[in-house]
Amino acid sequence: MTGGPNPDEHGHEDDIPVTTTLDKSAFNTPGQGRGLFDVFRYRYLLRLLIGKSTSLRYRNSALGWLWSYVRPTVQFLMYYLVMGGLLNMHGRVEGYPIYLFSGLVVVNLFNEAMGTTTRSIVDNKALVRKIYLPRELFPISAVVGAFIHFLPQLAVLIIVCLIFGWLPSLASVGLLLAGLLLVLTFVLGVGLLFSAMNVRFRDAQNFIEIIRTIATWSSPIMYTWVMVHDHAHRFPWIFEIYMSNPITVAVQLMHQAFWSPIVPESAQLGWPPNFQWNVIAAIGVIIVMTVIGQLVFRRLERSFAQDL
Amino acid sequence: MSDTPTRSSLRSQRYGTAQPAIVVDHVSKWFNKRSTRSFKESFINWVKRKPVRSQQFQALKDVSFQIAEGECVAVMGLNGSGKSTTLKMVSGVLRPDDGEVLTRGRVAGLIEVGAGFHPDLTGRENVFLNAAILGMSEKETKERFDEIVAFSEIGDFIDQEVKHYSSGMFMRLAFSVAIHVELDVLLVDEVLAVGDAPFRAKCNAKLKEMASEGITMMIVSHSAGQVRELCSRGIVIRKGEVIFDGPIEDALAVLEQK
Repeated sequence: MTGGPNPDEHGHEDDIPVTTTLDKSAFNTPGQGRGLFDVFRYRYLLRLLIGKSTSLRYRNSALGWLWSYVRPTVQFLMYYLVMGGLLNMHGRVEGYPIYLFSGLVVVNLFNEAMGTTTRSIVDNKALVRKIYLPRELFPISAVVGAFIHFLPQLAVLIIVCLIFGWLPSLASVGLLLAGLLLVLTFVLGVGLLFSAMNVRFRDAQNFIEIIRTIATWSSPIMYTWVMVHDHAHRFPWIFEIYMSNPITVAVQLMHQAFWSPIVPESAQLGWPPNFQWNVIAAIGVIIVMTVIGQLVFRRLERSFAQDL
Repeated sequence: MSDTPTRSSLRSQRYGTAQPAIVVDHVSKWFNKRSTRSFKESFINWVKRKPVRSQQFQALKDVSFQIAEGECVAVMGLNGSGKSTTLKMVSGVLRPDDGEVLTRGRVAGLIEVGAGFHPDLTGRENVFLNAAILGMSEKETKERFDEIVAFSEIGDFIDQEVKHYSSGMFMRLAFSVAIHVELDVLLVDEVLAVGDAPFRAKCNAKLKEMASEGITMMIVSHSAGQVRELCSRGIVIRKGEVIFDGPIEDALAVLEQK
């Protein structure tokens, strides 16, 4: 066939689809990825994409990575002064600064990751429109990028806790890792959904602002779960729903990892009742969100290039 | 790429009863003329009983052709005829609404070279990033890095940030990365207006060399001279339909008439 191209050989006038006579197993369908599983095949590219966004993040800024410390510190001080001082949480919760900070970093991670993940496809519009790559790479690299950005905050938290007499233990590290895993997998599921929707409707990135506000206040960061429990005593199911939020579970794990070990036994809050079921429910929520996110993403992905 | 035949096995079949490298089978594609951009607009249209997904026009109508392994085919047509859409379909950026597109082997495109370049990264960083975007591994990129830099004639500027490059240097480097990707099927879209005359000649020579190595090529171009040099077969598309598929000289003649 290479020698003399003859139009008759190509047989495009035939009404029978040519592919019925072809062995399709040797062929690829361009543009059809394998969803999240493609990440393993493209891990080298993923690494470069993450490296690019982290190295570019503070390019051309005078303070550079210092911003990663400045922002959470200022935020912490504000909450500390207003909630601790004015609203007298100091009197109600022993070791309130640590209580506040260990929960706050989780929500900061969630909010940061949620924002970058939702914008990830639109921000990479030049690539998405011109070159085919498994598009899941962009939300995933955004989640990992947010995690890298979160590490300075974690370092500050650990240093502060050490000053307050916290001793690292296997249990603490386990709780920390479990909490982070919950947040990151949850963000990935929700992020896939929102990043795909954001391509057609840019409203998604404004909607995220609302989700961030809700996330900040709907988890026991500035108050304690006991307060919610007492307020909801007539409707225990409200408390169970509240506690099954993956972020709330993660915040709870962080409190147990960093705050509980440094306060006297009498001041500890312990685990909420039925917490094991809350954890299972949260994992269920994450699995459902990831499946929905992936399905919607794959459905909308077909038209990314023409909608951007 | 475990499910893909190796390059050598692909090439060895070249002169036998090889299977085609690209199959475009009864492909149709529709685009929205205007799509609503917000929930609000969608909602208002829905209330007013206007179509929420607005009217569509058909960019490709039942397009079918096959490209054999090692063949070099030009896809021609006026602006807006649907030739670039066809190319994007083969590259996977767009998906057909009807019909099927199949490819065999590693496909990469000289489509809008430099799309993955970031102005704040150095030339070196951009080479690695873009080679990976185009499907090369770290090892392959390292092996070919010197070759890429030499071809682009960038020299010492390789460790400068790309934003300080002249537009010619930028395009030369981007093109050089794209052309050094390990591939079986090359898609070319109007990029050969790159750089000055000597560089263009070098690019054309490189493309010829690749064609002689048995790489399958699908070229979208307006340049009759270039197409004549590289391709033996031409497909003419008009208003989304294939109106001619045959020897390149005849294809160019068909194109002239319209």
